[in-house]
Amino acid sequence: MTVDSSAARKPRRSAAGKAGTTGTKRTTRTTQKSTAPELVQLLTPEGKRVKNAEYDRYVDGITPDELRGLYRDMVLTRRFDAEATALQRQGELGLWASLLGQEAAQIGSGRALRDDDYVFPTYREHGVAWCRGVDPTNLLGMFRGVNNGGWDPNGNNFHLYTIVIGSQTLHATGYAMGVTKDGADSAVIAYFGDGASSQGDVAESFTFSAVYNAPVVFFCQNNQWAISEPTEKQSRVPLYQRAQGFGFPGVRVDGNDVLACLAVTKWALERARDGEGPTLVEAYTYRMGAHTTSDDPSRYRGDEERQAWEAKDPILRLRRFLEASNHADESFFAELEAESEALGRRVREAVRAMPDPDHFAIFENVYADGHALVDEERAQFAAYQASFADAEGGH
Amino acid sequence: MAEKMALAKAINESLRRALETDPKVLVMGEDVGKLGGVFRVTDGLQKDFGESRVIDTPLAESGIVGTAIGLALRGYRPVVEIQFDGFVFPAYDQIVTQLAKMHARSLGKVKMPVVIRIPYGGGIGAVEHHSESPEALFAHVAGLKVVSPSNSSDAYWMMQQAIQSDDPVIYFEPKRRYWDKGEVDPEAIPGPLHRAQVVREGTDLTLAAYGPMVKLCQEVAAAAAEEGKSLEVLDLRSVSPLDFDSVQASVEKTRRLVVVHEAPVFFGSGAEIAARITERCFYHLEAPVLRVGGYHAPYPPARLEEEYLPGLDRVLDAVDRALAY
Repeated sequence: MTVDSSAARKPRRSAAGKAGTTGTKRTTRTTQKSTAPELVQLLTPEGKRVKNAEYDRYVDGITPDELRGLYRDMVLTRRFDAEATALQRQGELGLWASLLGQEAAQIGSGRALRDDDYVFPTYREHGVAWCRGVDPTNLLGMFRGVNNGGWDPNGNNFHLYTIVIGSQTLHATGYAMGVTKDGADSAVIAYFGDGASSQGDVAESFTFSAVYNAPVVFFCQNNQWAISEPTEKQSRVPLYQRAQGFGFPGVRVDGNDVLACLAVTKWALERARDGEGPTLVEAYTYRMGAHTTSDDPSRYRGDEERQAWEAKDPILRLRRFLEASNHADESFFAELEAESEALGRRVREAVRAMPDPDHFAIFENVYADGHALVDEERAQFAAYQASFADAEGGH
Repeated sequence: MAEKMALAKAINESLRRALETDPKVLVMGEDVGKLGGVFRVTDGLQKDFGESRVIDTPLAESGIVGTAIGLALRGYRPVVEIQFDGFVFPAYDQIVTQLAKMHARSLGKVKMPVVIRIPYGGGIGAVEHHSESPEALFAHVAGLKVVSPSNSSDAYWMMQQAIQSDDPVIYFEPKRRYWDKGEVDPEAIPGPLHRAQVVREGTDLTLAAYGPMVKLCQEVAAAAAEEGKSLEVLDLRSVSPLDFDSVQASVEKTRRLVVVHEAPVFFGSGAEIAARITERCFYHLEAPVLRVGGYHAPYPPARLEEEYLPGLDRVLDAVDRALAY
């Protein structure tokens, strides 16, 4: 297949039709003047559904069952996350990177995906992993220190967590280039954060994906903080506007609104499938917790900011909407509460039962086709280990 | 069927064969398409295999390697070109942090059949950053394999084997030997990729080298023979893994070893060879293992490179010193 580079230069009209032509104009306008960027929002913090001419179509058909499903996903993800934080405090995990506050961004985008789509996460996409069907206990191996990634990336089309900031955006782009070569209509989604937006690899992934018109969605969770550095230390322009200079659309969505995240991601994925190339989605959200369990946010940010964001909580707003529209009753919430506790218990037990790896795991999978030095050192290590057994036997 | 061809042409023919036989093989890099690469190593490939398989990339080395990783995850076998040795460092993060570790961190579930071609070394009168030998910086990294052919036949076959490998291979091309001609037999049965080869037998001392320095060592051995010294020349071919068994076998016979490379001596591959051969051959050695290579200085301007690079006399000097013990 030949890469259709003309599509990257001249967005097809169908793209504008789906996005609404105002979407393109809006981006331009906000770049030229520094007016407050527009935010795609379908659910207000009070749980009121607001109309949106461009994105309603992507959630109009959503059933009460699916809405409860989104709610359940967010609640269980938060419960899993809280359990992991607790397990770190109990010394069962070495570290944990909490997603608290980012549930809507992750569940909304995660539930927009098809099974054949491919996800390239950072190390905080526990909610997306949940949507992909990755067993949450598998995520904990690397944080406990028993492996560096315990799941088969091709099992759920969910790549391993990537710790070095931004690197995975290039892998996503390359994977998406491969999808095009295969003539498939799958899409790829690359997660990254506001801090990663400064990385050269992210800029290069924008360039490559634009030039090759790769079917990739760049999903930036702007949680306002890169450890201690606010977004102002990363960019002078709203992050979604970065896309414009690379020749593809960028949209800012309310990252605490699961419906809006679902709709905007579906739109971006549809563009990818239709051969319209990359899209940047900036999910405007907030990291309610610390960067990781090793971090102390009280050194760099105040409580007022957190309190302001608490009022925009992603789970609370969907609950308000479900209750107001009579889509969920008390028994649903009670059953979910019980399910949450069961999940917490399962995760706790699984982590505590997680065995330390065999010593020889050090030498495993260093190479696919083997390497003489690894063999030699494994043998030396074995002899060294065996020397203790001999010594014990001698006494 | 054997045909005489330049080393660069041998790589070209090998890439062509790989593109023909495996639809998953891709060639990508800066200027590799229409131009055929700045050294014409990929000449004609885009014309014959199309823009989708022979890909001119943006000028972003990290992007080239990073997208190659993604393509490998999708089942492709990318052969990427880094235009010059000194340009590889923007990609160093992706190579060391991602490419090298992906197989291990996926517990073996993901394979990374990526070849990174790097024209390397000096001797062509180039400007800054066009003459470096950074092989040790890659050999130090577990998960990578590092090879360097010295002649046309090896250039051809080692490229075939590098592409077939499920591990990432850094394939260092001795750019000053690109135009040297040698026999290539596409129907031959090649030896293992990571095995060293004795290219001249001798009894008094072993010269070990790879890539561009093999030819020099053969010239040194010829010159030494005129003085009645019998030098064995070992073409290491692979820097990681390094075939220490072959070095050991040669040193047990000759009892003396001089390692020659263009890269700086300090922490170079010669240091690793010296340490391991000292360990393996302590009672066979008649002299310490000596090294000849670049100095601990930035690669000099072209008018000084003859002084910086190991040459016939400097290697002969080391040979004399080793024989004097």
